[in-house]
Amino acid sequence: MTKYKVSLFGITKDIIGSSSTEVELTDQSDVNALVENLKTKFPQLSEIKSLLVAVNSEYADLGLVLSEKDEIALIPPVSGG
Amino acid sequence: MLLLPAEQTRYQKHLLLPQIGLEGQLKLKNAKVLVVGAGGLGCPVLLYLAAAGVGKIGIIDGDVVDLTNLQRQVIYKIEDIGISKAVVAVSRLKSLNDNIDYETINSKLKKENAEPIIGSYDIVVDCTDNFTTRYLINDFCVKLGKPYVYGAIHQFEGQVSVFNFKDKDGTPGPTYRCLFPEQPSEAEIPNCSDIGVLGILPGALGMYQANEVVKMITGIGKVLSGELLMLDLLENTSQKIKVKRRANAEELIFPVAGKDESAFDLERSIMKTITVYELAEKLENKDDILIVDVRNHDEYETCHLEEALLIPMNTIPNNIKHIPKDKPVVVHCHHGIRSANVIQFLEQNHEYQNLYNLTGGIDAWAREIDEEMMRY
Repeated sequence: MTKYKVSLFGITKDIIGSSSTEVELTDQSDVNALVENLKTKFPQLSEIKSLLVAVNSEYADLGLVLSEKDEIALIPPVSGG
Repeated sequence: MLLLPAEQTRYQKHLLLPQIGLEGQLKLKNAKVLVVGAGGLGCPVLLYLAAAGVGKIGIIDGDVVDLTNLQRQVIYKIEDIGISKAVVAVSRLKSLNDNIDYETINSKLKKENAEPIIGSYDIVVDCTDNFTTRYLINDFCVKLGKPYVYGAIHQFEGQVSVFNFKDKDGTPGPTYRCLFPEQPSEAEIPNCSDIGVLGILPGALGMYQANEVVKMITGIGKVLSGELLMLDLLENTSQKIKVKRRANAEELIFPVAGKDESAFDLERSIMKTITVYELAEKLENKDDILIVDVRNHDEYETCHLEEALLIPMNTIPNNIKHIPKDKPVVVHCHHGIRSANVIQFLEQNHEYQNLYNLTGGIDAWAREIDEEMMRY
């Protein structure tokens, strides 16, 4: 198992109630597994249709396999102006 | 085109910069920039573009100034309350720089008017406060091949990027839909008007937007294309996320089968509604119904229906369990817009079929049924 730290932005920060969270997954898990794990723990995340995941400051496809020291960020759309 | 003597004096500090100089200032004078939304982000963008000498500035906003705007929309004054933002903004900008050609568009940007308006400008600046207009701007800019500067804020953090920007080789950069392909409903992501925003935040973000506009026009520096800049004013942190254009970026615009505006119009038109008279009758007959008020706490304190359950719009996803499916539920807000969004959200995501939108909201109730009720 590997622990991943996820930085949170916008509404995801409010849903999870913190500016970052930790997710423990089996080794060689992908971005999709990470998102699904978070959605199970925080069902409100499932309401967000478009949720951007960045890994090491780069847009990540759901199939990207994570490695231990990756910097992961969850970025929702923001509407205010 | 040349600079007038007064312009040479006015733009002296730009002319002294070798990166801008006379050539750059003339590029600014020849440029046409459309600013969509004259609110928190729009105010600094407009002030700095007018000061910088952008030759033509279009301002589109259908709202009027109200007292809650003055905490962050710094070009408006107390005496402007109730007056069109676009009209007030242009008059304010003329007093700053009257060498500029201003176009005042006192209306919302809509599907019906977007193409001719966007089509007559070189660059668009997205300073809006709702997803419907943001996706509309994206889709028309992609369709018309216009670059646009995106800015959006949430409480203490903001996002800025330049979308659909062609680099020197003519290769277009990512679009808004490359980051967030599908338009969220207003219920899933709350807005400043419901959750608040630090007044300084749109000021800071708007400056970044204006800066990108000036860089694009003059061709200096590195345009923020292919990257989403995120700023957090509480922690003073910033980070850039690299994003690529999707190969199908052009196919993503104007989705037909999706849950976007076009589909939403249709759904809203078939949404079940109830008038205030029908509701009054149901209450008098003591029918078994539930009334859900989706306004915020302050609005509820101002006036409410005794029978109503308060669930502010942004807390709806957390309170699904309190909204039954086995009896009629009347959803209301102030005028009926937010409640329509909530109903759309619940029908699409939680299979509700028993929801009725109160036509005209609590304001209609105060007008038609209960004259003693406080109106706001």
